[in-house]
Amino acid sequence: MSDHNYVPSSKIGKWFNDRLPLLSLGAHLADYPTPKNLNYWWTFGGILTFCLITQIVTGVVLGMHYVAHADLAFESVEHIMRDVNYGWLIRYVHSNGASMFFLAVYIHIFRSLYYGSYKSPREVIWIIGMIIYLLMMMTAFMGYVLPWGQMSFWGATVITSLFSAIPLIGESITSWLWGGYAVDNPTLTRFFSLHYLLPFLILGLVVLHIWALHIPGNNNPIGIEVKKPSNNTVPFHPYIVIKDLFALLLFLILFAFFIFYSPNILGHSDNYIEANPLVTPTHIVPEWYLLPFYAILRSVPDKLLGVIAMFASIFILVILPWLDTSKIRSAIFRPLYKQFYWILFFDVIILGYMGAMPAEGLYLLIARVATAYYFIHFLIILPILGNKEKTISLPLSISEPVLGKMLKEDMVKNEKEFTN
Amino acid sequence: MSDQKKLNRRDFLYTTSYTIGAVGVGAVVWPLIDQMNPDTSVKALASTEVDISSVEPGKSITVLWRGKPVFIKRRTQEEIAEARAVNLEDLKHPERDEDRAKNPEWLVMLGVCTHLGCVPLGEKGDYNGWFCPCHGSHYDTAGRIRKGPAPQNMEIPKYEFVDSNTIKIG
Repeated sequence: MSDHNYVPSSKIGKWFNDRLPLLSLGAHLADYPTPKNLNYWWTFGGILTFCLITQIVTGVVLGMHYVAHADLAFESVEHIMRDVNYGWLIRYVHSNGASMFFLAVYIHIFRSLYYGSYKSPREVIWIIGMIIYLLMMMTAFMGYVLPWGQMSFWGATVITSLFSAIPLIGESITSWLWGGYAVDNPTLTRFFSLHYLLPFLILGLVVLHIWALHIPGNNNPIGIEVKKPSNNTVPFHPYIVIKDLFALLLFLILFAFFIFYSPNILGHSDNYIEANPLVTPTHIVPEWYLLPFYAILRSVPDKLLGVIAMFASIFILVILPWLDTSKIRSAIFRPLYKQFYWILFFDVIILGYMGAMPAEGLYLLIARVATAYYFIHFLIILPILGNKEKTISLPLSISEPVLGKMLKEDMVKNEKEFTN
Repeated sequence: MSDQKKLNRRDFLYTTSYTIGAVGVGAVVWPLIDQMNPDTSVKALASTEVDISSVEPGKSITVLWRGKPVFIKRRTQEEIAEARAVNLEDLKHPERDEDRAKNPEWLVMLGVCTHLGCVPLGEKGDYNGWFCPCHGSHYDTAGRIRKGPAPQNMEIPKYEFVDSNTIKIG
């Protein structure tokens, strides 16, 4: 790549760069060749970075006013909302920011599923992404416990009790997690500590995620390898930077709408009641972004198997690059996969809806069918489809679908000349 | 010494070094893990005495023990009869009512659903006992699981009657 022989123009820049090549890194990031056909679904990486930074900045600020103690936590959150200068704003950005973070990450993951971005040679990028996703869920769950409202307390009780399903050692594990015999002050303080730590682990993994991305370079909507750099790529700066910023601007409009017009719509009103270990709310629901997994948990009648199914539904995503046997990446050239993709998409939406409904009657039946289909998609359909599907032939370059077949031979020739 | 012997001696040194190293790492890590277990101040709150003189037949009170609710239910003759008439083969977690309530009038148990830890509601559900609203587990008048995802009956804590009006839990 071009940055390997980058030399800073100023003398002091050269002096510094010889000792720590930060300027070379900057040049690499600016010149990084990007396929020129990336669409707006590719802007969510930048949006997610923004979300992470926002959560860390607002979180550090909230940590200056929040008190992690079972007797004081609820009051300190109200203190932030009422007394701290702009406390209401900072807290609403943080709580809605979590939802925005998950919205963006789900779009990012479904983009990857549609365009086959998880396939060779990008498996490691995908796996790091899944670890980030798992850490995000843990961080969000522990953050939701901190205000010490009714949903905080009972959500924490239900989720930590999942571990009691493990045979023999389950009870010891839950009491180890709690630091007692129920969710109580020791649980709150350790959750606060870990909630503060995990985002920085996520940040480290994001660096690895981007590093791993920069080895093969971006996938693209056509899903064929692009020679980098070539006349099929553009430098990251300014082309992608400007496009990402524009997409971020649109995303921020939605973000601002939630913060200023309906800051509590994504939360649960029961969390404005202080935690009470003697009364369980009639209907415990997790935050919206965890609902599909909650539906899977509840759709299995056996406690242990339900917990296994829930964890399996996440683990199955990690091994996805080996479950999908098709060599063709983009769904554009896989007519059958494209249909199954959308069925899976709606299956997950249905699971999310069922997770919010009571687990009984027709709801339960639908949740069970949707759960079964989720596993069928990954374990049966994807492995078989790779060999059976009749795919559409791939274009020779990413320019061909735009410029037409007339130019095909010219382009191939041009590309050869350019790269030579 | 031959080459063979030197190699074996090197292997031995590697193995013992790694073993000692692993033991050392384990010794350092264990305090960091064990600090999360219930501490001595939590364990010190292990028992509580409850005055039950004001509980009418058919009513129950809920007290907090080790951060968990404990139901103390004064059962009516009908409720006792109902609990004792159940055929053990119909139970998911077979336990005799006689073993769960030593003094049949008083049922003392943890008010914690064995599914995922919610507090069940009293005098509700298909078996006139308790009903957990979280994921729909039904318990009978002896606190035994009859229907729903919970795997076990509600737990009976260690308790004793200090006198006729006082129960000591823990």
